[in-house]
Amino acid sequence: MARISRRRFVQLSATGTVAAKAGGIAGILASGSAPAYAQGSTVHWLRWNDFVPASDQLLRKDLLPEAQKALGMKITFETVNANDLQPRITSAIQSGAGPDLIMLNNNHPQLYAESLVDLTDLVETLGKAEGGHYPLVRANSNDGRRWLSMPWAIIGGMIAYRKSWFAEEGANTFPETWEAYREVGKRLKAKGRPIGQTLGHTFGDAPTFSYPLLWSFGGKEVEADGRTVVINTKETVDSVNFMTAFWKDAHDEGGLAWDDTNNNRAFLSQTISATLNGASIYIESLRNPNKYLDAAGKPLKDDILHAPLPKGPAGQFSMHTYHSHVLPRYSKNQAAAKQFLQWAHSRPVYERWFISQKGFATPCTSQWEEHKLWGEDPVMAPYKVAGRLGRAPGYAGPSGAKAAEVLSKYIITDMYAKAVQGMPAAEAVAWAETELKRVYG
Amino acid sequence: MAATAVTTAALGDAPPPRRQRLLEDERKLAFLLLLPTMLLLGLFIAYPFVRGIVLSVTDSRVGVPGDFVGLENYRRLWSDSIFRQSVYNTFLYTGVTTVFKLGLGLWLAILLNRSFRGKAFTRAFILLPFIIPTVLSTFAWKWMFDPTFSVLNWLLYRLGAITGRINWLGDPDLAMISIMVVNIWRGVPFFAISLLAGLQTISPELSEAAAIDGARPWKRFWYVTWPLLLPVTMVVVLFSVIQTFADFQIVYVMTGGGPANATHLFATYAYQIGVGTGLLSQGAAISLAMFPILFLIVVVQLLYIRRVEVR
Repeated sequence: MARISRRRFVQLSATGTVAAKAGGIAGILASGSAPAYAQGSTVHWLRWNDFVPASDQLLRKDLLPEAQKALGMKITFETVNANDLQPRITSAIQSGAGPDLIMLNNNHPQLYAESLVDLTDLVETLGKAEGGHYPLVRANSNDGRRWLSMPWAIIGGMIAYRKSWFAEEGANTFPETWEAYREVGKRLKAKGRPIGQTLGHTFGDAPTFSYPLLWSFGGKEVEADGRTVVINTKETVDSVNFMTAFWKDAHDEGGLAWDDTNNNRAFLSQTISATLNGASIYIESLRNPNKYLDAAGKPLKDDILHAPLPKGPAGQFSMHTYHSHVLPRYSKNQAAAKQFLQWAHSRPVYERWFISQKGFATPCTSQWEEHKLWGEDPVMAPYKVAGRLGRAPGYAGPSGAKAAEVLSKYIITDMYAKAVQGMPAAEAVAWAETELKRVYG
Repeated sequence: MAATAVTTAALGDAPPPRRQRLLEDERKLAFLLLLPTMLLLGLFIAYPFVRGIVLSVTDSRVGVPGDFVGLENYRRLWSDSIFRQSVYNTFLYTGVTTVFKLGLGLWLAILLNRSFRGKAFTRAFILLPFIIPTVLSTFAWKWMFDPTFSVLNWLLYRLGAITGRINWLGDPDLAMISIMVVNIWRGVPFFAISLLAGLQTISPELSEAAAIDGARPWKRFWYVTWPLLLPVTMVVVLFSVIQTFADFQIVYVMTGGGPANATHLFATYAYQIGVGTGLLSQGAAISLAMFPILFLIVVVQLLYIRRVEVR
């Protein structure tokens, strides 16, 4: 390798830079180095591995190269398993270095409030332009004083079910109450077509099932003051007793070890009849109509419908998985990251991503309810208003850091999991009460 | 003698440079040679350990330094049912797997110590579980124990041994057994190869002499081989206990500590609380709670090894 002296290097660099400024591509060639981006910024963006892979492809192949060109910055895009997002942000904040923008689930931004840049300006401006953010979005992303994260999307949680199998059991529409659902499920399980549901430690399907179940029986973890733990009530015990019987009668008992992907695989391989999920199962069957066929050889996509979780004695509730992006204070590219967020949320850009999701993701502002996508496929129609229906974790208290801690520790989900494993309902609820008091106390 | 005198005289005229004189001092040279290791140990072992202790006596959360709270985090652990479960699980996991790894490893070592065709190949082959990255092999095991698509269930069903699915990772006891199986599978080669090395240092003449005296194979093993192999065995067990006690990867990949915390070990629970939930001080306290127990085990074992060696 030819050696080069420091003096010669400086001379060459200066010549190259001048030539690059003056001479376009000829100048760049003369400098012998790639052109620097206009503002010299690099934004490192960390997201989950999307359950709709086409959207990640769209970002990688089209949108991000366009952003680099439009904004004059380099964007490093990285995806990880959604369950690994929290460990990543923890280590990034502690070490003071890491991605500039990190996607988080649900109310997790509340756990890192002190380390996040205030995004109020960006969020409020966008909210005003798009008809306002849904209350569940505010509850998850706003700590009462400021916006901790930029709302991105709501992954609506609905039950995907087999239309024909339910019809065979006399359910031509989806059961309206938990009891009716249990009855149909019992008959389905007897035929080897159980309901599939995870009660494992996984970010999406587990809490979005267990929290609404608790609320629909009238249970809640804490009072509105956010301090008084009130889980140990007759209503909660009733919900746990119901779940224990429901599990035995109607569920695939392997669900205790499932993560968010197991039910997708089980449904698509037709070992379960229904499961709470985002629309990823249906979207996958749409993408591969010839791969997923029912027993009669017809496309599985034509036998899938969606319905919200049933009603309980105290009402009908949902808790959808919610995604937002945080900008940690350690970031040296805060201005560029904000600029990129603005660009990503601009209607023409966001719309292309939204369309690639085919309804799996519901935008966080009401204006998008009018988008033509919702009229294209009636199977996806229930997801249109997911943002209106959801409650945030921590109810009846604020969805703040304590509620986020409860969610991260899977206390509500484990209460049900312990009971279906054989612990008496009262004991499981008492265990949850002790754990909740350790958090809220 | 004369030559020595001349040399000394010549050297006396030109004393060695200062640097060289420093290196001739054995104590200083030893210190210099140890310095890189000390630096590495200090940086990667001592500093994180001390930092962990400091964290555990504060109420620090991620991004918040926190205040000094004394032993509050440790006090909280006593009333934490998941922590108690993790302690029980860790002891059970370490105890059961160590016994199996020792038994199977010794058995394998004795077999491999015999002469047979393809001996070298077999010895290399049995190391595979130990060589493959743990996360990779554990993912394969996770698929084998999958609640819905388990190949083990399929095999047992085809053989007519079961009529329904076995819920390997969904049942608390079976989940614990499953992670133990993977740990044993991964750990046996380490025991086998280490004990094989020990066996090969024992002179065959000793065993032959015992055979001439009429000792049966079992007696030859018990009275000749085993006492000579004991020091090596104790060291191998010591390493294994330390590694197993602090195991993380197998449980994290297979069960994530579930179902409902039934398979959490010290390390996985500390990770969930400290890194997952961001409660750094509580996570540090859980990690450090393992230290005195592990320290005690190591001291007892080292004392025992010394006794065996002296004997």
